[in-house]
Amino acid sequence: MKEQAPRLVMEGIDKEFPGVKALSNVNLTLYPGEVHALMGENGAGKSTLIKVLTGVYTIDKGTVTYEGKDIHVKSPHDAQDMGITTVYQEVNLCTNLSVTENIFIGREIMKNGRIKWKEMNKRAVELLKRLNLDIDVTKLLSSYSVAIQQMVAIARSLNVSAKVLILDEPTSSLDRDEVKQLFAVINKLKSEGMAIVFVSHFLEQVYEISDRITVLRNGEWVGEYAIEDLPRLELVGKMIGKELNEMSSISKERKSSVKGEAILHAQNLSKKGRIEPYDLELHKGEIVGLAGLLGSGRTELARLLFGADKADTGELKISGNKKVLKTPKQAIANRIAFCSEDRKAEGIIPELTIRENMILAMQGMYGWFKYISKKRQMEIADEYTKLLNINPPNPEQLIKNLSGGNQQKVMLARWLITNPEVLILDEPTRGIDIGAKTEIMKLMVKLSGEGMSILFISGELEEILRTCDRIAVLRDRKKVSEIVNKDHQTQHEVMTEMAGGV
Amino acid sequence: MKKLSLDYKQLPLIATMSLFIVMFAIGSMRYTGFLSTQVFLNLFVDNAFLIILAVGMTFVIISGGIDLSVGSVIALTSMVAASLTMNAGLSPWIVIPISLSVGTIIGLGQGYLIHYYNLQPFIVTLAGMFLARGLSYLISVESIAISSPFFDYMAGTRIPLGGGNFISISVVIALIVVLFAVYVSLFTKFGRNVYALGGSEQSALLMGLPVARTKILIYTFSGFCASLAGLVFTFYMLSGYALHANGMELDTIAAVVIGGTLLTGGAGYVAGSVVGVLITGIIQTMIVFEGTLSAWWTKIAIGVLLFFFIVLQRVIVLRTKPK
Repeated sequence: MKEQAPRLVMEGIDKEFPGVKALSNVNLTLYPGEVHALMGENGAGKSTLIKVLTGVYTIDKGTVTYEGKDIHVKSPHDAQDMGITTVYQEVNLCTNLSVTENIFIGREIMKNGRIKWKEMNKRAVELLKRLNLDIDVTKLLSSYSVAIQQMVAIARSLNVSAKVLILDEPTSSLDRDEVKQLFAVINKLKSEGMAIVFVSHFLEQVYEISDRITVLRNGEWVGEYAIEDLPRLELVGKMIGKELNEMSSISKERKSSVKGEAILHAQNLSKKGRIEPYDLELHKGEIVGLAGLLGSGRTELARLLFGADKADTGELKISGNKKVLKTPKQAIANRIAFCSEDRKAEGIIPELTIRENMILAMQGMYGWFKYISKKRQMEIADEYTKLLNINPPNPEQLIKNLSGGNQQKVMLARWLITNPEVLILDEPTRGIDIGAKTEIMKLMVKLSGEGMSILFISGELEEILRTCDRIAVLRDRKKVSEIVNKDHQTQHEVMTEMAGGV
Repeated sequence: MKKLSLDYKQLPLIATMSLFIVMFAIGSMRYTGFLSTQVFLNLFVDNAFLIILAVGMTFVIISGGIDLSVGSVIALTSMVAASLTMNAGLSPWIVIPISLSVGTIIGLGQGYLIHYYNLQPFIVTLAGMFLARGLSYLISVESIAISSPFFDYMAGTRIPLGGGNFISISVVIALIVVLFAVYVSLFTKFGRNVYALGGSEQSALLMGLPVARTKILIYTFSGFCASLAGLVFTFYMLSGYALHANGMELDTIAAVVIGGTLLTGGAGYVAGSVVGVLITGIIQTMIVFEGTLSAWWTKIAIGVLLFFFIVLQRVIVLRTKPK
């Protein structure tokens, strides 16, 4: 592989945004037929590097050599013409168009100024067959799952006969089988000589699929390594710039014997088509984890406890009193907080500052007409910015300028300000870097120590095992078992239950 | 099941067409003389300008925008045409291109502002609406009646369709515009880019589509349609007047929405908008046939229909959302 000429070389790339040096002196070398992982924490400059390469941003300094020639990419369209395409994390296609159209738009098959739909449909089927996908290409993209949408996005890059394919966090919304399918496709493309850039937060996947790794940190180039020369712990150390022992330092005194009055007690709660009837108890100062594969009903279960969906059957007791939660507002009044999984769509308001985003839930609780003085707001915002170690530590910064991990912390602060008794965290660690993950988990343990009850939803079992007292396992929209987290046996038990018993 | 979701998208269009047929049937049963080819054709004759406007507006709304300036552009075009013909005494061969360029230039400017300054289409075209209306008054506050052989010909010519039925030249113009627009929307890159833009502008950009060009062209085309509709309206009224087509932008939007185009963009059909116009037309016709009802009942009926259709759209959007 090494004796081949590199397909793409980026050297000494600089990129500056007003006030921020996003990239300085970054290098990236891609060979044909390799999967190259681009690693770094949030804010390390991965996205910027990708956007510079694909012409979304212009380069301030540095050279890009593509197949031996110097190139200057001016726009995404330009990059695509050269054969450099990207599949972004949030699949950037138009769901209101058909599958065929999403593959071809921008380079439709034309004849006499007329789009040849039949031919395009035929080609689309062929392209998707290369990806082992057999679907009706004339249907709207919105009728398919995210996993299939991603495949369509890849098919789109195949159609432009891409030589460099960049996959930006392609697996973050896929379940296990879908990831497998994606990896099969990646391996196939690799064997066909494609140079693939793979960006992911999942170390496991990186090690499964990649050949080489380039590590970035704070916009700077750390190094380029062959996968076999870089053990995981070292990689993580390079990404965050310090040896990582912190993750393992989170371990709490497990209070498996806490009993007494349940603060939240669900009995036979269900919603048709969403979640089968379940019982769940949450005691004071307890962290209960919800484990299960994607689509197993974790979020659906939690939404009933917050009144985000209305339960069809069953009842809910809060501190021993029977309550019917019809709206989140009632849940908040009962001191339940819910930090949503989709922080972009359901959480942050990008155009507001950190302070304003934090104050929202508190203001909501007080009623919209009660004035909270600016001074009081500042105090609160300062306090929580410090407490959660939010970076930049400036509450007047617009939240859209923050990295994902820091946005998540602001979301957390928003709910902590309301001083809830029950905190429901839905995938609070998704798509954020290890440093921030660790901090969030530490905070959870601390809060539970202070008496807060936490319901923790996470796709990463590791995190649940580290923090939770009890683990409720879901499968196929049903709560299948409840396991007390006690020793290293637990992991095996939980996984067996998740996978389907036996 | 999945097949259904596709049909859901077409449901508004199907609903519109069925509604039209039902209304025509009711009209035919209730009123003598309603069931005739000419009554049907008159829907086109009396609404040719609205059809043209709706075609342009359909593109705008599918792309996720709105164009409030079209009514005023009609007035301005009629004033320009009237004053150039009557006051300056110019030949129609000069008057027509100048009139058509009025809306085209306004549309181009609006599109440019909307894209390059990242402004809300609502506010930009609202400004355009005031500007165009104001300019019409600048030409004259009085109505200018037109009498020229060319305009008389365009207004008065009846194209016989046999059996004593006829259509006007304006109808032919409108139908050509419709056919052209249907073709563009289904079989050209520009047409498909409009849909992509309405689906997600961000995605369209990252897919490498020419967002800037498409967006500006959409508003330019809408402006052109408004001017063309202005000319057709002038043939219809044989006068230029600054008060012409007051509020017609809203009638147009109503017709497009009733025709099944999603106000949020991304879905809709040119043909649907035509049916939308015909429905507003048939309501008027029925009220005329009724004889005792005031013309304001048209507004009431359209209001009720609009409510019905936006609720229907909402339901469809909710149903088709994954999860």
